[in-house]
Amino acid sequence: MTDFPALRLVPKADGPQSVKDFKTDQEVRWCPGCGDYAILAAVQSFMPELGIRRENTVFVSGIGCSSRFPYYMNTYGMHSIHGRAPAIATGLAASRPDLSVWVVTGDGDALSIGGNHLIHALRRNVNLKILLFNNRIYGLTKGQYSPTSEVGKITKSTPMGSLDAPFNPLSLAIGAEATFVARTIDSDRQHLQSVLRAAAQHEGTALVEIYQNCNIFNDGAFEVLKEPGTRDEALIRLEHGQPILAGADRHVVRGADGEVRIVPRSEGTALVHDAHASSPTAAFALTRLADADLLHHTPIGVLRDVRREVYDVQMADQLALAEEQKGRGELAGLLAGSSTWTVTD
Amino acid sequence: MTSQVDQSEAVDGPGGERRTGPASPRSGPQDGSGRAPKPIRRLDRVIIRFAGDSGDGMQLTGDRFTSETAAFGNDLSTLPNFPAEIRAPAGTLPGVSSFQLHFADHDILTPGDAPDVLVAMNPAALKANLADLPAGAEIIVNTDEFTKRALAKVGYDKDPLGDGSLEAFRLHPVPLTTLTLEALKDSGLARKDAERAKNMFALGLLSWMYHRPTHGTELFLRQKFAKKPQIAEANVAAFRAGWNFGETTEDFAVSYEVPPAKLPAGTYRNISGNLALSYGLVAAGERSGLPVFLGSYPITPASDILHELSKHKNFGVRTFQAEDEIAGIGAALGAAFGGALGVTTTSGPGVALKSETIGLAVSLELPLLVVDIQRGGPSTGLPTKTEQADLLQAMFGRNGEAPVPIVAPATPAECFDAALDAARIALTYRTPVFLLSDGYLANGSEPWKIPAVDELPDLRVEFATEPNGADGTFRPYQRDPHTLARPWAVPGTPGLEHRIGGIEKQDGTGNISYDPANHDFMVRTRQAKIDGIEVPDVEVDDPSGEARVLVLGWGSTYGPITAAVRRVRADGGQVAQAHLRHLNPFPANLGPVLRRYERVIVPEMNLGQLALLLRAKYLVDAQSYNQVRGLPFKAAQLADVLHAAIGTLDAEATR
Repeated sequence: MTDFPALRLVPKADGPQSVKDFKTDQEVRWCPGCGDYAILAAVQSFMPELGIRRENTVFVSGIGCSSRFPYYMNTYGMHSIHGRAPAIATGLAASRPDLSVWVVTGDGDALSIGGNHLIHALRRNVNLKILLFNNRIYGLTKGQYSPTSEVGKITKSTPMGSLDAPFNPLSLAIGAEATFVARTIDSDRQHLQSVLRAAAQHEGTALVEIYQNCNIFNDGAFEVLKEPGTRDEALIRLEHGQPILAGADRHVVRGADGEVRIVPRSEGTALVHDAHASSPTAAFALTRLADADLLHHTPIGVLRDVRREVYDVQMADQLALAEEQKGRGELAGLLAGSSTWTVTD
Repeated sequence: MTSQVDQSEAVDGPGGERRTGPASPRSGPQDGSGRAPKPIRRLDRVIIRFAGDSGDGMQLTGDRFTSETAAFGNDLSTLPNFPAEIRAPAGTLPGVSSFQLHFADHDILTPGDAPDVLVAMNPAALKANLADLPAGAEIIVNTDEFTKRALAKVGYDKDPLGDGSLEAFRLHPVPLTTLTLEALKDSGLARKDAERAKNMFALGLLSWMYHRPTHGTELFLRQKFAKKPQIAEANVAAFRAGWNFGETTEDFAVSYEVPPAKLPAGTYRNISGNLALSYGLVAAGERSGLPVFLGSYPITPASDILHELSKHKNFGVRTFQAEDEIAGIGAALGAAFGGALGVTTTSGPGVALKSETIGLAVSLELPLLVVDIQRGGPSTGLPTKTEQADLLQAMFGRNGEAPVPIVAPATPAECFDAALDAARIALTYRTPVFLLSDGYLANGSEPWKIPAVDELPDLRVEFATEPNGADGTFRPYQRDPHTLARPWAVPGTPGLEHRIGGIEKQDGTGNISYDPANHDFMVRTRQAKIDGIEVPDVEVDDPSGEARVLVLGWGSTYGPITAAVRRVRADGGQVAQAHLRHLNPFPANLGPVLRRYERVIVPEMNLGQLALLLRAKYLVDAQSYNQVRGLPFKAAQLADVLHAAIGTLDAEATR
């Protein structure tokens, strides 16, 4: 059984749970064929593995297609407002260390309107698991380009092609001092669950980017990473401690100039992936490997997983220390203060 | 301004008019000179204004004089007034910072209309404040700063100290800087550091003039500069030198005594509005048994509350300085979902940013306190000045039908009770609540009768623990039939797992519903819940029962309105007074009260926001009196308004 140190303050379940325990009676209202279904099924069947009480699990979301997610998880949940889920979840996680708090968000929710909250949650390292469903399009508002859409994308709001340079969510996360950064794909349940497992084990904020297909407005965006004929060449599967290989005959090396690049296996020695490296340099370089438009050489797996003090733990520690130093607060003493005078009849 | 219902006969008259009592000899601790003791004159009240450059330490000086005055047992009211810039260019008019203090041997209500004494540390301070002084007021100026250059900087062609333009006043030219340097010549401090103690010299002089206790200030200075004992001793030395200067110099021929006030029996302390509000929040946490979670973003004039609450971690209070206003309230709401007493503190511009989250809290029906320390607007407006122009923003500033209760304290000390009251409403009715204070209440201070903890309201709440549906399910929107509040089921409670959100919910189950009839029902139900909140009736003060004019206020105008009412009555006028603490819902008796009077006058530091609500709701011809100068009303000004209203009615009656 996997150990989840990040959940040590969360009460354990009385007995084994099943996928059924995490399903609600609500009709799932995503478009038929949406990648969200696969992610939901993967998460529902993963949750029993945590071995914690279902009632101590909370899903918080913002606004967008993916943000309907909490309605379908039989845990506590809040479907909040656009972009603000990381802030709301921060307040919840910081005040309740006995909860496992998950944020479900999309590329518009997390990176556009909620960009500020995302980066600050990451730098604080609150004990939150953020699942960022990236489909590179706005779905719920019916097909405008998103902050991860490729330059030149033709959409309803960009009939002549979008002008905005996109965010690379994982580069952004590492730049924001994230302690855990990973990427996975909606249709690869096994890989998705392995990343969820690593995120759940991580103490602090985990950002998991999930490439998710919007079959209505951006169908096939990640097809090159999914098709049996192309995926092996397109994907770089990262595993800690293993050499980083790219396709059948290439690998990732660090050149004399310090740059990370992909070369034939006959050249140089493959870089060994160290997800726990304290320096973010190599992880950042990996986030830059993929071709932004064609997605060739897309690393998936855990890019970075390092330990740093966790915000909510430190906050609780400060409270405990204050009580230790000053004693439990006593209201009458506080109200009276140190400078009073008395009036008698 | 000790209590809202005080019926004292005392009148806030024009400054200095009621000097009473015989001159008596004085025995001061430093009086060992052998000179004949100076006479002491008894006064019933004094208004002092300290004014100087932003860097001159005027707020500290005012605070210390206030503390001494509180310790002495006078009633008091203060008005700090400072620019938004931390250090505006030295010696300029925009850089002037002042602190006004009104203290008395009786119950008073305002910081006073016009100072009896102005301490002006430089020409800018003199020029900026002179227009507020009545003839005969005393002016103490630091002559060292009246250089040609400093005078020119503020547009004085000639030195006002020598050109006769101050004839109407009693001028005390004092070389404060020179005297301070002289007193500290053996301190070993550099000239620049020694000079900075001149505010303490001024404080010492004023402390002598008004017989203030000195022990507290010396103790304070030694604590404040505990790590820099040389600076501490220099400040104490300057403070004592100022005191001795008053005692020995011939320019100050008399000193004054203002006896302690006869306040209701009890133990008192001096308290500012923001401190009282902070204590109210801590007390609400203690009395509800819930951990307080403050999510906030720094903003003037609300930041003090964040600072204060962050000191009280040993009460289990968590403070979170968020990345922005939205995250501040978002975190507070998240904590409320988890069972905390969620609080966010801000000022007007911050409320604008929080509006969407307040709407979510209305929809989620979770308890949340939104504290708005109002300041001058719109936009950035006047960050350090007071106004009460956020009422309609609090009332209506959200999309959809999103009613939020509003509680507004009337005095600095009342901020404590108002915080507890707002918490009561939030916790009982599961709703966000606005607490509308303002810059004047926030920074102003007054004596506070310290309450007994066990007499504070019991705010304990019961979380849901069991399914409430007939079929054994949990229905998060099944309401209490009396309060219409929904159950508060916090994560960690088995069997009550549920999902809530900002999308319209089906009555009872809380599931997503777009059904037209359900939406209509839910909108009306949320409104009915707020309309049904129990608030006490508004009390009308109408001693003769014959008044035809009612003056109605809300929030921090209580002090000036009450002082004005006392003046009118002292002049034989009949006027009734009522003051609203609850602005949403209004007290149930407000309609009948308004209709009982022929004229309703509503003074507000906005352009008539409460009057608009009263006219809309009660079809009453409420008449506004408005001022948006960033400063509180003056009692004399409001008294004129009330006299005029009475006069108009009398004239109509005789026609």
